Amino acid sequence: MAVALVLALLLIVLACVWLFVAHPWWFPVGVSAQSAALDHQFTIALWLLGALFVVGQIVLAVSLLRSRRKQQSGYSRGDWRLEIAWTLAITAIFFWFNISGDRLWSSMKLQASDANAVQVEVTGAQFQWYFRYPGPDGKLGRTNAQKFAKAEEGNPLGLDPSDPAGVDDIVSTSMVVPVGHDVDLNLRALDVIHSLFIPAMRFKQDTVPGMDIHTHFRPVRIGNYEIACAELCGTGHYRMRAVVRVVSEEEFHAWLLKK
Amino acid sequence: MPDPAPISAAPVTRSFLRRYVFSTDHKVIGRQYFFLSLAAVLVGSLLSLLMRIHLVWPHAAIPFLGEIKPENYLGFLTMHGTLMVFFVLSTVPQNGFGTFFLPLQLGTSDMAFPPLNMVGFWVSLVSFLVLLAAFFVPGGASVAGWTQYVPLSAVPAAGPGEGLGTDLWLVSIGLFCLASVISAINFVTTTLKQRATGMDLMRMPLTCWAWFVTAILSLLAFSVLTAAVIMLLMDRNAGTSFFVPGGLMVNGHAVDHAGGSALLWQHLFWFFGHPEVYIAVLPGMGLTSHLLSVFSRKPVFGYKAMVWATIAIGALGFMVWGHHMFASGMDPYAGFAFSTLTTAIAVPSAIKTFNWVATLYGGRIRFATPLLFSAGFVSLFITGGLTGPLLAQPALDVYLHDTYFVVAHFHLIMAMAGLFAVFAATYFWFPKMFGRMMNERLGRLHFWITLFGSYAIFMPMHLLGVAGHPRRYSELTGLQYVAAMAPLQRFITLAAIATIAGQIIFLVNLFWSMFKGPAAEANPWECTTLEWTLPSPAPSKGFGDHEPIVAHGPYEYSIPGEDKDFLMQDSPATRDNRNAS
Repeated sequence: MAVALVLALLLIVLACVWLFVAHPWWFPVGVSAQSAALDHQFTIALWLLGALFVVGQIVLAVSLLRSRRKQQSGYSRGDWRLEIAWTLAITAIFFWFNISGDRLWSSMKLQASDANAVQVEVTGAQFQWYFRYPGPDGKLGRTNAQKFAKAEEGNPLGLDPSDPAGVDDIVSTSMVVPVGHDVDLNLRALDVIHSLFIPAMRFKQDTVPGMDIHTHFRPVRIGNYEIACAELCGTGHYRMRAVVRVVSEEEFHAWLLKK
Repeated sequence: MPDPAPISAAPVTRSFLRRYVFSTDHKVIGRQYFFLSLAAVLVGSLLSLLMRIHLVWPHAAIPFLGEIKPENYLGFLTMHGTLMVFFVLSTVPQNGFGTFFLPLQLGTSDMAFPPLNMVGFWVSLVSFLVLLAAFFVPGGASVAGWTQYVPLSAVPAAGPGEGLGTDLWLVSIGLFCLASVISAINFVTTTLKQRATGMDLMRMPLTCWAWFVTAILSLLAFSVLTAAVIMLLMDRNAGTSFFVPGGLMVNGHAVDHAGGSALLWQHLFWFFGHPEVYIAVLPGMGLTSHLLSVFSRKPVFGYKAMVWATIAIGALGFMVWGHHMFASGMDPYAGFAFSTLTTAIAVPSAIKTFNWVATLYGGRIRFATPLLFSAGFVSLFITGGLTGPLLAQPALDVYLHDTYFVVAHFHLIMAMAGLFAVFAATYFWFPKMFGRMMNERLGRLHFWITLFGSYAIFMPMHLLGVAGHPRRYSELTGLQYVAAMAPLQRFITLAAIATIAGQIIFLVNLFWSMFKGPAAEANPWECTTLEWTLPSPAPSKGFGDHEPIVAHGPYEYSIPGEDKDFLMQDSPATRDNRNAS
């Protein structure tokens, strides 16, 4: 039985390692400024935790296998030196890893976007994303969803018709952004919590009713990338899809003008 | 071999109803909780099977149900999570085995408050029935998941199942909280006040330590959840606005609330929800420590380190809830604190793992089914645990949050490891609970299927998560990159079908052994702890007039120079025993 158990553990280790080495499914190609750093941190995690996984399972297997050579169990109630040694070792490993992660988090979250960042307001609604641009005046108009929101009349966000700042606002169902520029997002939700998830940008942020959440990212490659909803929002959650179109700066301005 | 004595041999004559149904005997109540969890795990597993089938064959016609619709899928998802987390993982390890064995292991004949003990079970049962009733009301079960995030759970217009189905969910969980708090008071008082003479805290089996710390967590965590569900019920039915902000437009309905905070629910929920993870898994950790010692015939390596690690996990468990909210819009500065505290909790967890392996190391191990499941627990705990420090990092977590990576993580560490401990406990304590032995061959077969099955189901889910597959999707067709992952999803479904089918072996073994298994001796595994001083099954009078006097620690195995390789805790301390702690 010891041998069977040890073989089973080794088989599991091999299969798991193969799965992560071959990884038939994996990250999409990263296309935002932060994706390289994040992928690097994930690689560190994979090596570190993968090594601990392999070592852990093998030590477990060896402990089981050694039993066969024993006539009688040894009698040991513990060893404080060992306890202290492995506690310090694992604390050092985990906290080194933790601090490297904190650095990445501050670089992602605690730096302001460029002054000339493109402003986009994102609104999640069951089961549609809306992206609003301020238009030539650079100002977003007031909204009052309860009073004015009528999706079928082309005003899903409830733009207040009496606010002149809103007249030139552009509302789109796909996000169009220029390559190489910071995109400053203001995330909102009309009804329940949604979460704007752009895997290729390594970007995710919940949109919460009653809150305006500001954050930013910078796309670095032209192309179309899918947006998913990552917070359970109701029956249509799985199909709350949109696309972010990363275009050249000229194309972006042409698109704004056309709208 | 003694004939398994029926419970009716009790000296006190009581009516059938008082003896078997409305009994205050902790042994009857422990078994009642066991069967409640068994019912819950059957329904919960069936729901996961239906979800897995719908996910990869959305148009499959299920017998009696027909084609599953997206709202059915989400209803199943909510109920699966709720049943498994509350009625299985928070019920059987603590209230099932704990209610039965805490008094016996401490050397007392009942819990401190036997009537409260009975009330706790019956409130749990009502809670279970109220929860299941949601399937049969208009709109069906709630579609908001077991976390019930507001406003989805607060506004009836937000989806089918968000009407009466959600009210029933809230009432059910409110009752469950009440039952858990009642039960926890009993556990804490029994541990502190009812220990046999000589049973110092540091002579308690690690199972008792785990139940004790878990009870304290239950007391604090379920109290907070009680408040939260009452607040949400009031938001829904009494016009308050704790959680619902102003200006909402849900499905064409203007919502008449203002001033609430949606994040407040998340804080309250996870202030309960993260300790809840430890409520689910600490008893399993205690049991694993216990069984590894019993079957490797060695003392637990580092008993005191194990006790302090248990306490540290319990304490830190209340300080890490924010790691569920890195993507929620919480202040990014809070991310540093929660990330560091979460990493800190990995340290006592690792200490436990080291001590488990060290307990096995150098033992002449008896490879009985309980040991197999305990070894499986350690393996799964390592595998599922190691993604913890990764998910503790806000930067990495934000990408993986709400994807299958997290589903894999918590199923491995909480659900699978937790279930392995429950299986180990069942095979181990079955003789004391039912007076008969379970079948070893079926037990081993069950182990192999479940071990390979758990890995086959949950390891590939990590890849889905890395590739950005969000969880709680009822279909794969909504996004192109998600649809591309269908082959892996099909593999997982096949693995799930095989693994769940394999559990039939366990059920057959359980019920066959209950009636036809060979009669059990008083101490078939040659353990040291006090429950094994009683005949099997444990008689309803417990220790009766012979309260044990404890002279030894719980893990005195293979003491050099002794003729037997185990020393019962209540063996008389005739000579100067150098090992008595």
